Amino acid sequence: MNMATDNKVQIEVSNDHTTTENNTTQKRVVYDTKNLNLWYSENHALKDINLEMKENEVTAIIGPSGCGKSTYIKTLNRMVELVPGVSTTGSIAYKGNNILDKSMNVEDLRTRVGMVFQKPNPFPKSIYENVAYGPKIHGIKKKALLDDIVEKSLRGAAIWDEVKDRLNENAYGLSGGQQQRVCIARCLAIEPDVILMDEPTSALDPISTLKIEELIKELKQNYTIIIVTHNMQQAARISDRTVFMLNGEVVEFSETDQLFSNPKDKRTEDYITGRFG
Amino acid sequence: MATNSESKFNSAVNVSELIAENKKKKSINNYMEKLVPAILFLLASITVLTTIGILYTLISQAVHFFMEVPILDFFTGTELKPLSQNPEFGILPLLNGTIFSSLIAILVAGPIGIMSAIYLSEYASDKVRRILKPLLEVLAGIPTIVYGFFAFTFVTPLIRSIWPQVEATNILSPGIVMGVMIIPMIASLSEDAMTSVPNGIREGSLAMGTTKLETTIKVVIPAAFSGIMASFVLAISRAIGETMIVTIASGSSKNFTFDLTQSMQTMTAYIVEVSGGEAPAGSTLYYSLYAVALTLFAFTLIMNLLAKYISRKFREEY
Amino acid sequence: MENLEALHENNKMNARVRKNSIWKSIFFLSTLFGLVVLVILIARVLFQGASWIDLDFITGRLSTNADRAGIMGAILGTVWVMLVVIPVTLIIGVGTAIYLELYSKKGTIRSFIETNISNLAGVPSIVYGLLGLTVFVRLMDFGNVVLAGGLTLALLVLPILIVSAQEALRAVPGHLSEASYGMGATKWQTIRRIILPAAIPSILTGSILSLSRAIGETAPLTVLGIPALLIPFPNGLFDTFTALPMQIYYWTIDASLVAEYANLAAATIIVLLLILFILNSVAIIIRNKYQQRY
Ligand SMILES: Nc1ncnc2c1ncn2[C@@H]1O[C@H](COP(=O)(O)OP(=O)(O)O)[C@@H](O)[C@H]1O
Ligand SMILES: [Mg+2]
Repeated sequence: MNMATDNKVQIEVSNDHTTTENNTTQKRVVYDTKNLNLWYSENHALKDINLEMKENEVTAIIGPSGCGKSTYIKTLNRMVELVPGVSTTGSIAYKGNNILDKSMNVEDLRTRVGMVFQKPNPFPKSIYENVAYGPKIHGIKKKALLDDIVEKSLRGAAIWDEVKDRLNENAYGLSGGQQQRVCIARCLAIEPDVILMDEPTSALDPISTLKIEELIKELKQNYTIIIVTHNMQQAARISDRTVFMLNGEVVEFSETDQLFSNPKDKRTEDYITGRFG
Repeated sequence: MATNSESKFNSAVNVSELIAENKKKKSINNYMEKLVPAILFLLASITVLTTIGILYTLISQAVHFFMEVPILDFFTGTELKPLSQNPEFGILPLLNGTIFSSLIAILVAGPIGIMSAIYLSEYASDKVRRILKPLLEVLAGIPTIVYGFFAFTFVTPLIRSIWPQVEATNILSPGIVMGVMIIPMIASLSEDAMTSVPNGIREGSLAMGTTKLETTIKVVIPAAFSGIMASFVLAISRAIGETMIVTIASGSSKNFTFDLTQSMQTMTAYIVEVSGGEAPAGSTLYYSLYAVALTLFAFTLIMNLLAKYISRKFREEY
Repeated sequence: MENLEALHENNKMNARVRKNSIWKSIFFLSTLFGLVVLVILIARVLFQGASWIDLDFITGRLSTNADRAGIMGAILGTVWVMLVVIPVTLIIGVGTAIYLELYSKKGTIRSFIETNISNLAGVPSIVYGLLGLTVFVRLMDFGNVVLAGGLTLALLVLPILIVSAQEALRAVPGHLSEASYGMGATKWQTIRRIILPAAIPSILTGSILSLSRAIGETAPLTVLGIPALLIPFPNGLFDTFTALPMQIYYWTIDASLVAEYANLAAATIIVLLLILFILNSVAIIIRNKYQQRY
């Protein structure tokens, strides 16, 4: 199965960065997290997080259940605010702007930063309407343009061939893996810069998981991807850099190869060798 | 903020730029986000206005009544002669009719409702329960006017054929029919209370060799007691406020009597009679409507609050 | 000796088991009691009224002559009143439910409004009649017209609709709205495009059930002074009207004057129950068809 040929999207090379002083091989920092702390009421869930995430890279976040992975990734698009009683200190700069600042418009942020969830969560609508949802709520109404966007997004998510004849069917008729790729297509439709993924394959079978992993490798050429995963092999397979978290703290953050082959911290080593939890 | 300008697709149109453009227009979305909660709040406050409207209507008009009829005379008077030359406005005959009809209803619905609840919660199989419960609910969905018709044209003649002293309009027949109407209420609320008794309690008793009957009576019912009480209180409140059955089948006699073969008027039936007749607005008769309605309202409100209080205590038990 | 004692024990046990099964039958018969009355009631009404139902009865005008009386006026009155009740309860009821479930913070205002709604649900319907009489008929001076009747019944069933709409909204899973917020949708966009459409089948079911409650209500209408014998058909919100339950009421109490009126009442009851039966079936069909797919 060759996902790359299925996926007929032509990729434009993105080299027109305005910051020309930067060495072209040096990637821009997309997210710069400084001294981030987060509390769910009394529960101190994130402790003094410092991380830099770079453009067009896949950053994986691993760690045992309950260590704060989902909390952190949901802070990056401020979805964590939907939980009442959340408070934060510190800052997260997204392309230079502190997103934790009250003046930040969360709708704008979330338009630039897409999210794919653990359990596939398509809307109870047709496949077409699922993908067209984002463009529509952001004011794109022309049918021809929407058709165009839907096709491109579904191609981008490597599912076009499977669903092109049933665009008007309810997305719930698809398999879990297909639903998740429709959710990715839905996310691509508004052309975000960053895609956040919270254990996107944990509810899927191995074959669907493989397809999505292939897709993530494709997508990374155009998007910055931050992915939480419960699966260390997956992190090793698809990510450029890996964060290991424990009890709300970042224990280690380095190149993926480095982290898995030569962990600096004893706790990281214990975790990746399975001597842990 | 520098938006990145390259499209992700090889396309004439750049979607992310288009979206950024649209956002600059500060579309109607921004207004909607502020306007909608305000409108919804206004809609939600209509229910509060309804309560205020009810209280204001009843109290402001009843005040006129109590300026002409002393409040003590109203609540202690056994004579209700609103249309006579020297009108008398004692509410006791109406209270009497209301209490009688509700008592008869609860005497019918109480035992039958509880026994149904016991059957549904302790004995019936899932399959049987799933058939019987909705059927029982149908009883609660029949309009009260239909029950009124049934009481007047069927139950009363039936009673009179057995017990000829019973009059054509009497309190007994509507009381019984009202009881049938509130069976589902007692049955389903009591069943809820019994079902939520933890199974462990039941099993503990059954394991000691007691029969299901003994377990139900000695263990389940005591544990569910406050829930059952709450269902009774709610059902009585419902019976007190019920109008059409008593209006049709119990007539409009305002005698202060304890004889259930006779016609008695309830508070609700009095309101129907007076408002339906040609009571001139502004007359004492007209205002008496509101004094009676205020009393009725107070009765049912107290019963409902009491039921809530009892069932809240009941929820604390587990 | 030992045997005797065992026998004695056995007898006692048998007696207890027998007692259990006797009571089980009694409990079962009690459950059937309500249903038996229901069957008798329906059989009685059918027996008395079915032969009076024909096309002339359905389409005819009211008349003091039992043989010529028809209920078209009452049917139209009921339809007109429901044309007021449906939009008013849906707009206020769903709006209130959205406010309570999705906008109001858990706290004093919310619990105040919710307590208020649950108390309103326990207010006797005849009290709503007095509210309607005082506010709509007299104060706003509508008179005893369709609009006054419709608004009164709308207020009466509003608490039922609000509570069921709240349940419907609560049942929409959070991951759907999360997906929408994640796309940069605003709160109202999420509610209007995702939450509300997902909740609509259950809201419809609830609104049909509250509608059928309104259709059968009689007491508030008697207080509003809805006339007994009305020849012209209602044709708008400000026309006087009569309704099916009112017609049943007048024919029942006048049955002592003209015996056939009881049969007319029974025939009208059949029509009313049939309408309620159809409405409830539709509600059940909607509920089953759209049962939780997500
Ligand atoms: N909605 C919430 N409300 C309160 N506490 C939460 C909530 N979500 C997560 N937490 C707490 O925050 C901590 C981190 O949880 P989470 O970020 O979900 O971990 P992970 O995704 O790594 O399994 C846990 O202690 C968890 O109990
Ligand atoms: Mg998680």
